[in-house]
Amino acid sequence: MRASGSFDILVIGAGIVGSAIAREGAQLGWRVGVVEAGTPAGGATAAGMGHLVVMDDSPAQLALTAYSRSLWRSDAANLPTAVEYESCGTIWVAADDEEMAEVDSRQRLYAQTGVTASVLNPEELARLEPNLRPGLAGGMLVPGDGVVYPPAAAGFYLAEARRMGAELFLSRAVAASHGEVRLSDGSRLSAERIVLAVGAECDLLPALPVQKRKGHLVITDRYPGFVRHQLVELGYLKSAHKITDDSVAFNIQPRQTGQLLLGSSRQYDNDDRAIDTEMLARMIQRAEEYIPGLRGLSVLRTWTGFRAATADKLPLIGPAYGLSDDSTLWLAVGFEGLGITNAPGAARLLVDCMQGRESAISIDPYLPARLMEPARLAHA
Amino acid sequence: MPETISVTINGAAQHVAAGTTVAAAMLIAGQPTRVSVSGERRAPLCGMGICFECRAVVNGIAHRRTCQIQCEHGMTVETNP
Repeated sequence: MRASGSFDILVIGAGIVGSAIAREGAQLGWRVGVVEAGTPAGGATAAGMGHLVVMDDSPAQLALTAYSRSLWRSDAANLPTAVEYESCGTIWVAADDEEMAEVDSRQRLYAQTGVTASVLNPEELARLEPNLRPGLAGGMLVPGDGVVYPPAAAGFYLAEARRMGAELFLSRAVAASHGEVRLSDGSRLSAERIVLAVGAECDLLPALPVQKRKGHLVITDRYPGFVRHQLVELGYLKSAHKITDDSVAFNIQPRQTGQLLLGSSRQYDNDDRAIDTEMLARMIQRAEEYIPGLRGLSVLRTWTGFRAATADKLPLIGPAYGLSDDSTLWLAVGFEGLGITNAPGAARLLVDCMQGRESAISIDPYLPARLMEPARLAHA
Repeated sequence: MPETISVTINGAAQHVAAGTTVAAAMLIAGQPTRVSVSGERRAPLCGMGICFECRAVVNGIAHRRTCQIQCEHGMTVETNP
């Protein structure tokens, strides 16, 4: 019998990533503690769209998103209705022939990874999404992509972890090192391993190379059937890849209620929570270029959130070796815009690594130690 | 004798006095203005444009606040899904 306050793993942060890790650990029969300073799932998890999407910015990103999406899909039947999981698919919309030229090679790349995608000509695109403007070049449909309501998904993971014995501490961790976590009320918890799953809010490990990347979202009133798939402009990768300039991209998602979630914007060096009206206007204008009929719809609410971005656009999953010499410290941070998609995959990789067990995909590209290479330390 | 205006509410003709709001016309016709996300039929509550319960589809445009719109000849009004 272990002493009270002693755990196999202590997860700092009850966002979707921390909650997924807690569930994985609890499933193995580990003694799991979760420490959350604010509202569980109240940070980036609550601010994001909840798009479960395969992305191919790099081979490592493609491998992780495809793997993690497959875990979402195999878990779909277990998800409560409140999670609003829907396999609506993504359509990547090509505005011109240049963008359309990329579609064939992307489709082949996806096929090599076991991800089904089909090329749409302009007529097929218009038939699937009649509210898109005429004259678009076509697109690529990825039918296995989906959407969830992220706070409910994270809440489900955490509830599952607690059902299997995990303990939740609603308190701020003021120190976490060498197997000990000190809480703001002065109490101390100890663990074999400490996992920082804190998004962009980390003063526990100042060396963490994670930057805030501000985003805006808009939600409309209910317009059932107005769009049927998550629609993203193919230029999104170009815009999302930039790591210095502010950018917007057309990205719209149908919710089960008939509401439309509209994005997206990216801003560096801006940690002001307030709506940036100029950015918001640019974002809506961009969307109207693709769907002119948006002009007649009512917006209910707008908000901002902060993605946790790394320099090479890959998350940090694994032992903190390279950023800290504390062998009890593990990381699961820096998921940027893919934290919801990648949460179950990251949790599985991390727990496999803790067990010394081989994973379905290699964890190497996501290990924090990669940042020790000096060339990659220079981030924007 | 006030002028009478004819509108179509959920497919049926409804005659109302000039100056009648669309919300009032829907009440006269016994039709809900909208259906909530959980499937409840809703009708106007505040009557002054604040509560948004009177939203309906007016001439094809969804989510119009019908308590702020007067009936016009030939107008079509439908319960907002």
